[in-house]
Amino acid sequence: MSDVPLLEVKGLKVHFPVTQGLLQRSTGSIKAVDGLDLFISQGETVGLVGESGCGKTTAARAIIRLERLTAGQVIFDGEDLGRLKGERLRRIRRKIQMVFQDPYASLDPRMKVGAIVEEPLRVHGLGTAPERKRRVEELFEVVGLNSYFAGRYPHELSGGQRQRVGIARALAPNPSLVLCDEPTSALDVSIRAQIINLLEELQERFRLTYLFIAHDLAVVRHISDRIAVMYLGKIVELARGDLLYECSRHPYTRALLSAVPVPDPEVEARRERVVLSGDVPTPDNPPPGCHFHTRCATVMEICREEEPHLVEVAPHHWVACHRN
Amino acid sequence: MPKLLEVNGLKTWFFTRNGVVKAVDGVSISLSEGEALGLVGESGCGKSVSAMSIMRLIPQPPGRIVHGQVLLEGKDLLSLSEDQMREVRGNKIGVVFQDPLTFLNPVLTIGRQISEAIELHMGMSGQQARVRVVELLDKVGLPSPGQRFGSYPHQLSGGMRQRAMIAMAISCNPRLLIADEPTTALDVTIQAQIVNLVKDIRRELGMAVIWITHDLGVVAGLCERVAVMYAGRIVEEAPARDLYKNPHHPYTIGLLRSTPRIDKGRTAELVPINGMPPNLLDPGPECQFLARCTFVGDRCRQEAPDLRVIGEGHRVACWVNVRESQT
Repeated sequence: MSDVPLLEVKGLKVHFPVTQGLLQRSTGSIKAVDGLDLFISQGETVGLVGESGCGKTTAARAIIRLERLTAGQVIFDGEDLGRLKGERLRRIRRKIQMVFQDPYASLDPRMKVGAIVEEPLRVHGLGTAPERKRRVEELFEVVGLNSYFAGRYPHELSGGQRQRVGIARALAPNPSLVLCDEPTSALDVSIRAQIINLLEELQERFRLTYLFIAHDLAVVRHISDRIAVMYLGKIVELARGDLLYECSRHPYTRALLSAVPVPDPEVEARRERVVLSGDVPTPDNPPPGCHFHTRCATVMEICREEEPHLVEVAPHHWVACHRN
Repeated sequence: MPKLLEVNGLKTWFFTRNGVVKAVDGVSISLSEGEALGLVGESGCGKSVSAMSIMRLIPQPPGRIVHGQVLLEGKDLLSLSEDQMREVRGNKIGVVFQDPLTFLNPVLTIGRQISEAIELHMGMSGQQARVRVVELLDKVGLPSPGQRFGSYPHQLSGGMRQRAMIAMAISCNPRLLIADEPTTALDVTIQAQIVNLVKDIRRELGMAVIWITHDLGVVAGLCERVAVMYAGRIVEEAPARDLYKNPHHPYTIGLLRSTPRIDKGRTAELVPINGMPPNLLDPGPECQFLARCTFVGDRCRQEAPDLRVIGEGHRVACWVNVRESQT
């Protein structure tokens, strides 16, 4: 792991306008991502966790420029992706690939699996036809699929096999950064472990860097070096996995961690649970001040008025809370 | 404690054009008054079909309960008429599903839907029922219950809808609550709220719970007993502490080893179960876990094992003594 970050995200904002009426008057905006700072070093896995609607997927889509940035910078390998266009953007995008959550929706049902894996190679004009064919076979082997699957359609495959296809497609153009967006959420327990282990193996073998997005904290804890916790479009805490688990400083992180059940009745009986009241507020009208103050048990006056910034409270431990 | 529910040798098969799908193939469970049982397994293992069979909600055709007994307070539900069965549903057994949005009627208010059941089963007037519904909505923790009475399902968040479903399920003080993956679609912090709510209600009303889930974690803190299902059968059943500490079936062991734990760090090893769950279409006589098992013996290929007792309340369906073969 080197100290030069492979990816650096600075003050990223993605707002979606809300329009109304015949004239499409803009009546406000949904602040899906609202000031996100993050860096990922070469070979590292950073986990991004948070509940549905907190903006984790939008953040990933913005990094790969599938969403327009409202503000902020995404610097990959020294280049600002936000300023790139056309051919140069395409070339650098080859280095960033994505694995999607839903292996049913993210594979074209009318394409054979082999063609799906080959597509990124064709799009980026990599290799001749026979070379591409060989590469596809190699990729199938790499993700643990028998090469006869290449001639099948996605519906003939199980969920786990489809996710392997999704991973093979992501690896095809030899990326350095892979954005994994809930890659195991749609899978059954016994299959999930297969895919997690595969991702770890591939990381070691191809020196990949991962941004691993999931709502399942236990999975994220298992796979990540560092973990960023998101709440309503912002990172509220960022630290090494063990540090985050053992001495989390943000009340939301604590609640989130304590809400994850442990498959062990003896541990469960001893655990203290911080149960949050209420639901996550909507991102079109987030509460003023600290977004979390409506559900926070230790709220202070300042929290209702002023937004806390992400501050390094201990080496490599960042927290956005007025209590720190 | 007297037995509240006894399911004996339940078999629910689906007769399709391609053959017989043995979704539930010989399930026996029993539940005492006030007890909570976790029914754990992966998609397609038959846990929901088992619950639906207890409620007699299997679409027929193609499904049919071909064998078994479902005794609720000693009465066989499978021999009741449809009218008598309607008395049982809602009244004696409440049910909560994974996706409340498909279960709730989108054009009726929450209040109307809950009071319907109360008026029907408890013979209350509309006015009395309304009071009771507001009480129930308050009990399940819906904010401003008086107003929520007039809300439509789409106006509530996922967690609030699930609370409304629970209010409906417990509206007639059932003896048994069947919860079919009630928190799977919810975020963890909301899941924790719902689990706590069910714990509280259970304590208060003294009702028994069958909690169906794929997540070994959720039931660990909630249920006294856990049964693990695989391919239409229960493969292991034990008091919760015993099951997690001394799992005997290779599948249970596999599930536990392949589940990441929040209290274990980056270095903890995950051991996945190889292969995939079997197709339940016309299964053979062999043990259905055979293809994924690491302890296979000769007998496993010939005959599927029945549950045998190996300890206090601990039953396992496996020919191999996994504990001995490990040492």
